[in-house]
Amino acid sequence: MLIGVPAETRRNETRVAATPTSVGAVCALGHEVLVQSGAGEAASFPDEAYVAAGARMGSAADAWGADVVLHVNAPTGDEIGRLRPGAVLVSLLAPALSPDLVQALAARGVTALAMDAVPRISRAQSLDVLSSMANIAGYRAIVEAAHAFGRFFTGQVTAAGKVPPAKVFVAGAGVAGLAAIGAASSLGAIVRATDVRPEVAEQVRSLGGEYVGVPADEAEAASSGTGYASVTSEDFNARAAVMYAEQARDVDVVVTTALIPGRPAPRLLTEEMVASMSPGSVVVDMAAAQGGNVAGSVADEVVVTPNGVTIIGYTDLPARLPAQASQLFATNLVNLLKLLTPGKDGRLVLDMDDVVQRAMTVTRDGEVLWPPPPVAVSAAPVAAAPPPAPLPPPAKKAPAPGRRAALVGLAAAVLFLLAAFSPDQLIGNLTVFALAVVVGFYVIGHVHHALHTPLMSVTNAISGIIVVGALLQLGHVSTVVTVLAFLAVLLASINVFGGFAVTRRMLGMFRRA
Amino acid sequence: MTATTAASAAYIVAGLLFVLSLAGLSRHETAKTGNAYGMAGMAVALVATIGLAWRNGDPLSVGLIVVAMVLGAAIGLWRARIVEMTGMPELIALLHSFVGLAAVLVGWNGYLSVEGAPAGEAEQLGLPVGIHSAEVAIGVFIGAVTFTGSIVAFLKLSGRIRSNPLVLPGKNAFNLGALAAFAVLTVVFVVSPGLAVLSGLTVLALALGWHLVASIGGGDMPVVVSMLNSYSGWAAAASGFLLDNDLLIITGALVGSSGAYLSYIMCQAMNRSFVSVIAGGFGNEGSTASAAVEGEHTEITAEEVAQLLRDADSVVITPGYGMAVAHAQSAVADLTRTLTDKGVEVRFGIHPVAGRLPGHMNVLLAEAKVPYDVVLEMDEINDDFAKTSVVLVIGANDTVNPAAMEDPGSPIAGMPVLHVWDAEHVVVFKRSMSTGYAGVQNPLFFRDNTRMLFGDARERVEDILRAL
Repeated sequence: MLIGVPAETRRNETRVAATPTSVGAVCALGHEVLVQSGAGEAASFPDEAYVAAGARMGSAADAWGADVVLHVNAPTGDEIGRLRPGAVLVSLLAPALSPDLVQALAARGVTALAMDAVPRISRAQSLDVLSSMANIAGYRAIVEAAHAFGRFFTGQVTAAGKVPPAKVFVAGAGVAGLAAIGAASSLGAIVRATDVRPEVAEQVRSLGGEYVGVPADEAEAASSGTGYASVTSEDFNARAAVMYAEQARDVDVVVTTALIPGRPAPRLLTEEMVASMSPGSVVVDMAAAQGGNVAGSVADEVVVTPNGVTIIGYTDLPARLPAQASQLFATNLVNLLKLLTPGKDGRLVLDMDDVVQRAMTVTRDGEVLWPPPPVAVSAAPVAAAPPPAPLPPPAKKAPAPGRRAALVGLAAAVLFLLAAFSPDQLIGNLTVFALAVVVGFYVIGHVHHALHTPLMSVTNAISGIIVVGALLQLGHVSTVVTVLAFLAVLLASINVFGGFAVTRRMLGMFRRA
Repeated sequence: MTATTAASAAYIVAGLLFVLSLAGLSRHETAKTGNAYGMAGMAVALVATIGLAWRNGDPLSVGLIVVAMVLGAAIGLWRARIVEMTGMPELIALLHSFVGLAAVLVGWNGYLSVEGAPAGEAEQLGLPVGIHSAEVAIGVFIGAVTFTGSIVAFLKLSGRIRSNPLVLPGKNAFNLGALAAFAVLTVVFVVSPGLAVLSGLTVLALALGWHLVASIGGGDMPVVVSMLNSYSGWAAAASGFLLDNDLLIITGALVGSSGAYLSYIMCQAMNRSFVSVIAGGFGNEGSTASAAVEGEHTEITAEEVAQLLRDADSVVITPGYGMAVAHAQSAVADLTRTLTDKGVEVRFGIHPVAGRLPGHMNVLLAEAKVPYDVVLEMDEINDDFAKTSVVLVIGANDTVNPAAMEDPGSPIAGMPVLHVWDAEHVVVFKRSMSTGYAGVQNPLFFRDNTRMLFGDARERVEDILRAL
C-alpha cells in the first residue's frame, strides 16, 4: 500500500513521522512510501536520504492522498479534507479531548488510529509513542531547566570555593518524570521525586532519586488499573499540598509531570508555593498544555515571577530534540505497521479482536469507535481486590502421632521376633545392617544439590563392593561356580573402577568463581 | 592375629572409609577428599580379600582374580574417560545393572555351592540351611530387579527405546502379584531348594524389574535412577547376608539407605508420593487430563535477546534437559562469561529434577566451567525472580510451568516450580510449541512478558553471543 508522510504544519513542530531508517523498514513490509518534500528538514533528514532509503518524494497533496497517512500531530480541518475517503490515518489524536476532530474524521470516512491511545500492556510497549515522547520530554525538561538555572547542577569543591549541588524535585514519576530524574541525577544534582503511586519508589531509587511519599494514614493506591495515575481524594490532596510546600521552599528546580488522561492537569504548586521559592529557581511545567501543574505557568512561554522564579511552560519539549523524537516516533509507527501487516506483503489488516488495535481505532468506515472497551493492564488485581489466597499446601498424609507410634512399635516387634528366633550369625548381621541403614540415612542428610550426580556415581562405585563377595567364591571347586564368579568379578570391577574414575572426572570440573 | 581377623579388621576400616566418603560428597569443599576416601576403602577391601585368597593357596583363583579385575578395570576406566557429561545418566544406569547382575550371580553361586552342590562337597554353614536358602532367594530377587530395571532405564535414557510409560492393563495387580509369587516361591525354595524354583524366581524378578521401570515416563528418570542406585545397594547388602560378610552388609546398607533418602528428596521436589515411586508406574497418572491452554505466543530474534541482555542488570538462566540434548552448555557458559564481563549479574536456577539425573545440570555446567557458586537451587533463587531483568529458559518446560501453582486440575499441580514469570522478561528457548514430558501445555509461553526463541538451543545461544 502507498504510505504517505506529509510535513507537519503545527507551529514550532520539528518532528516528522518517518526517518530514512524507518522508511527502509516500512518498505521491507511490502509497502511503498511517499514523503512530502522537505518534511524531514527540521529534523535534519534531507530529501536525498529518504530517496536513498527507498521513498519517493512528492507534494503535500500526494502525501495526504495516500492509502495510509503517517503524521505526528492531529490533522487540521484542511488536512482532513485532503484525506481520501477509506484511507487510514495514524497520528496523535487525543480522542478523549477532541470529540469534534473524531466526528470530522468519521464524516470523512477515514479509519483513524490514535497513537496516543495505545493500551499500556507489555505487548504494546513497542507502539507506545506517549512513552517514547515522554522520555524525550523529561530529559529535555532538565536540559531547559539547567539552561535557565544560573548555577551548576553538580556540587564541586574548587580553589575558588565550594559549590553546593542543585536540588531537583520531580513531581510525578511516570516515564517523563523518571527520564527527568535520570537526567538530573546524571548531571550531579540531588534529586527527589514523588508520585501518588507508592510502588514507583523503587523505580525512582533505581535512577538515583530519593522517593518522597505523601505521609499517608491510610494505604491509598491510586493505580486505576490502566497504568496511568488517576484522581486522588481530597484528604490525600491536603496532605500532599503540605509536602509540596516543604519541597518548594527547599529545592532549586522543580519539574512537574502530573497528567491524568482526559482531564485538566492537577494543580500541584500554588502561587504561594512558587512565591516561597528562592530567586533564581526554575520550574518546568510539563503539563502546561493541559492547564498546568503550576500556578502562573503559560503554555509555550517562559514566565519570570516577581520574586525571580522562572516558570517554563514549553509544550513542545519532544520537538526540541527533533532528530531523536522523529526517530523514536517513526520506530513506534514501524512497529504498528508490522502489527498491521502480518503477512509482510504490503496488505494492511486491522484486527478488531486484538485489544491493542481495537483500543487505537478511533473511527472506522464512517463509524466512531471511541471509547474502546477498557483493557486491564496487568493480570494482578487492583488494590481493591484482595490478593488471591495462596494455594493451600497439599495436605500431607502425615500419620497422626498415635498411628506413627503404633507403626514404630509394630516394626520394632517384628524386628524383635525376627532377631529372637535367628541363629547367632544372623543376629550379628542384622545388627550391622540396621546400624548401617541409619548411618547411610544421616550421612548424606545435607548433601548439596549440585553434588547429587557425583554422590550417586560414588555410591554406585562403592556398591561395586559386591566384588568382594564374588572374589570369595572364585576359589570354589565347582567349575560352574568359578565361571559365574569370574563373570561377577569382571562386572563389579567395571563398576568399581569406572565409578570412581567418573566421579573423579566430574569433581575435577566443579570450580568456584 | 590370624588371616581371618586381619581381613575382618580391614573390612571395618573399609566400611568406615566408605562412611567418610559419603559424608565428604555432601559438600563441595570436601567432595574430592570424599572420593579419595572411597577409593582408599575399596583398595583396603580388595587387598584384604585377595590376600585371603592368596593365603588359601590357590594360584589358579588368584590368577583368575587378576585377569577379571584387570579386564574390568580397563573397561571401566575406558568408559569413564570417554563418556560425555550429557551421557552420564545412561552410564550410571548401566553401571547399576552390573551390580544387579553381579548380585544375581553371587546368589546363584551361593545356591550352587551349598544347596545345589553334590553330596559331600557342600560348604559348611554356621546357620541352618533354610535361612541360607531364604537369603539366596532374596539376594537373587533384588539383584534381578535391579538388573533389568537398570537396563530398561539405560535403554530409555539413551533413546534406544521410547521413553513413554508402558501402560499395561492391571499393572498394579501385576506388581503385587509378582511380589506375592516371590513370597510363595521363596517359601517353596526354603522347603525344597531346587534349580527349577530358583530359575523361576529369577525370571519372575527379571520381568518385574523390567515392568517397574518400563511403566515410568522419561521425565521422571531422575527419581528412577536414584531409586535404582538404592536397589543396587540393597542387592549388595543381601549378598552380604548370604556370604556372612559384614563389609558387604555395611556398604550395601549405606548405599541403599542413602539412595533411598536421595530419591525421597527428589520425590518431595516433584510433590510425588515416595511409596508410589518405589512401586513403579507413578509417572503416568493424570497425563490424559492435560488442560488445554490456548493463547498467542510472541517470538523474538536472537538480536533482540542480545539487546535485552545488554540492558539487563541481572539475568537468571534456568536450564533443562533441552540444554543437555543440544549440548548447549559451553555456549551457555560463554554467554555467562560475556555478560559477567559486561557487568551483568548472571546466575543459574536449577530445579531439583531438571535433566535426567539428580544434579545433571550442575555436572553439565561444571563441565563448561561455570563456577558453582553462581549455580543456585530452586529455593535459593525463587524469591529473586521479581528483581530479575531477564530470565533465559533454556530447554526447560515443566519445571517452569505456572500451571503447577495456579491450576489445581493440572497433572503437575502442587509440584514446586521456578517462578520465572515474576521476572521482567522471560525468553524461552524451545524447538517447537510441543509439550514437555508431563504432556502439559505451559501457560508461561503465552504470558505478556514471555518471548519465544525457536530453534536449536546451542545455535540460538551462539547467535546471541555473536550479536553481543
